Amino acid sequence: MNKQIKFVQGNEACVEGALYAGIDFFAGYPITPSTEIAELLAVRLPQRGGKFIQMEDEIASMCAIIGASLTGHKVMTATSGPGFSLKQEALGYACMAEIPCVVVNVQRGGPSTGNPTHVSQGDVNQARWGTHGDHAIITLTASNHQDVFAMTVDAFNLAETYRTPVILLFDEAVGHMREKLIIPEEGEIPLVDRLRTSVRKGVDYHPYLPREDGRLPMSDFGGDHRYNVTGLFHDMWGFPSNNPKIVDGLLHHLVDKIENNVNTITRYKEHFLEDADYLFVSYGSSARSAIHLAKNRRQRGEKIGVLELQSIWPFPEEMVRERCRGARAVIVVEMNMGQVMRHVKAAVEQPERVFLANRIDGHLITPSNIKQLLRVIQGRGV
Amino acid sequence: MSVKDYLRERFFPHMWCPGCGHGTVLNSLLRAVEALGLDKNDIVMTSGIGCSARISGYVDFHSLHTIHGRALAFATGVKLSTPRLNLLVPMGDGDALAIGGNHFIHAARRNIDMTAIVMNNRIYGMTGGQFSPLSGVGIKATTAPYTNIDNSFDVVKIAAAAGASFVARSTTYHVLEAVNILKKAIAHKGFSVVEILSQCPTHFGRKNKEGDASSMLELYRSNTAKIGSRALAENPALLPRGIFVDEERPEYCEAYEEVIKRAMGGAKS
Repeated sequence: MNKQIKFVQGNEACVEGALYAGIDFFAGYPITPSTEIAELLAVRLPQRGGKFIQMEDEIASMCAIIGASLTGHKVMTATSGPGFSLKQEALGYACMAEIPCVVVNVQRGGPSTGNPTHVSQGDVNQARWGTHGDHAIITLTASNHQDVFAMTVDAFNLAETYRTPVILLFDEAVGHMREKLIIPEEGEIPLVDRLRTSVRKGVDYHPYLPREDGRLPMSDFGGDHRYNVTGLFHDMWGFPSNNPKIVDGLLHHLVDKIENNVNTITRYKEHFLEDADYLFVSYGSSARSAIHLAKNRRQRGEKIGVLELQSIWPFPEEMVRERCRGARAVIVVEMNMGQVMRHVKAAVEQPERVFLANRIDGHLITPSNIKQLLRVIQGRGV
Repeated sequence: MSVKDYLRERFFPHMWCPGCGHGTVLNSLLRAVEALGLDKNDIVMTSGIGCSARISGYVDFHSLHTIHGRALAFATGVKLSTPRLNLLVPMGDGDALAIGGNHFIHAARRNIDMTAIVMNNRIYGMTGGQFSPLSGVGIKATTAPYTNIDNSFDVVKIAAAAGASFVARSTTYHVLEAVNILKKAIAHKGFSVVEILSQCPTHFGRKNKEGDASSMLELYRSNTAKIGSRALAENPALLPRGIFVDEERPEYCEAYEEVIKRAMGGAKS
């Protein structure tokens, strides 16, 4: 494969990333503003022998990709706000049964039908706690198309590494905006293939007995090992159990396998952070405005930097605390009512120095929106 | 192979009540699989939630016990991704036709090759006896204490109308007939629906004064008749049993192979 340069929408960059990562199967349902992902995969997947199916609803799409993952395929679905709500029960099933899959949510305004064609970042907490019960989850995001591509590849890799659903939390502005994308050559980004069991045919295979490193090698449905998969608490055979020891052990395993690896999973970018007095923490399309403003103020000699989060869950508390240490003010820039801001406050040593620059009216937060707050904090008037 | 070879005896005794019909359905299903000589590694059973859904834990196939109503959606992912596998999808009446009604009609419409078995006991058993869309008017249930006013679906009619290319009905009384029908349903290429009336003496029988398991089975004998039989002609009020639809129609996964051919032929990017 040669290096290709394309001029694409963010949703198309996501599709290119998924194809690069080796997607074999996509199930989806039309919904704005993520539909282009389904449309493009309907074209591209069968061209390489993969499968695309438009299911009868959002719930069925989520269920279908879990079924396809169990047969050994790399799978993805894509949706937006209301569809993401509908997928939550099956998403929890994938957490419990430890089925690798990628779920894209191109965020639009909510709650409910909300603002289908406008940008929002209101699903950050739903990505974390949308499904019921204690669990851990990985959520990645991106502010530009090169990163949308990279994070999509990463999402497939992390899903296989940790046997978990990974959520790609993009937003309408990034999804529909067009910019340059350079598709890396084959092998340039390493891919993680499924870890399959080395247990031979006829020898007992325990699908839910973690190795010493916590990983669980899989066996494809249709292969030599027949086992049970369930959303109930289950023993090492995958058979339902309500034995308190088994329930306790499994729940700890599900949470620990991700939370204990927060440092490995954490992805972020630093923009002019070294000597920054004022620090923006942002992600997705709002980070573009924060970076623009920081660049602009740097030229005027102000020490302003941006910490751009690319992984939101598990929340990179330690990293955020370290980067924010000593800052005169930390301004979280996001398009919701402070969903990430609350976690930044909880993470830093001086939460009283954390402020929120947000916009929730369906329009992209602009550098001047952020500047207004910055000037107040800097004591330069309104 | 004997039927025992298809069971995971490690997980017995099963959790169904004494007199429940679901064990009989399991027996019929395994005898059909045995008669067809299918390799256990080629069979995936997906089920939803409820008494019926627990069947997937007891069979020595690849088994996927999923969430309420969605067994067919999971099965669709398994089947389309790996069409060589045989899909068995047992569901309860609430599971298949209430919460799962949408997936049921759409799987039928696609005519995707799998066998849906509706284990119809006309009640939500696991939760303690609430009425289902197959209970029918006049039935008593914990959520219909003054008798049910909800009309019921006819599984056979709904499956046929939605596009299933094989549709049949039997009961746990007519075990040999059920084995025979299940054999044909599994061998059939396309979406097969087999409704098997299965007694729930614990919840349906007690509330509706149908007696114990044996008297409920007796009712299956006296209240049903084979299609084309004289009994049915003489008494159209009887519930017909047998094969209602058995047609050859384009199957979804095969049709998708044609899509792949077209896509590969006209590949642009």
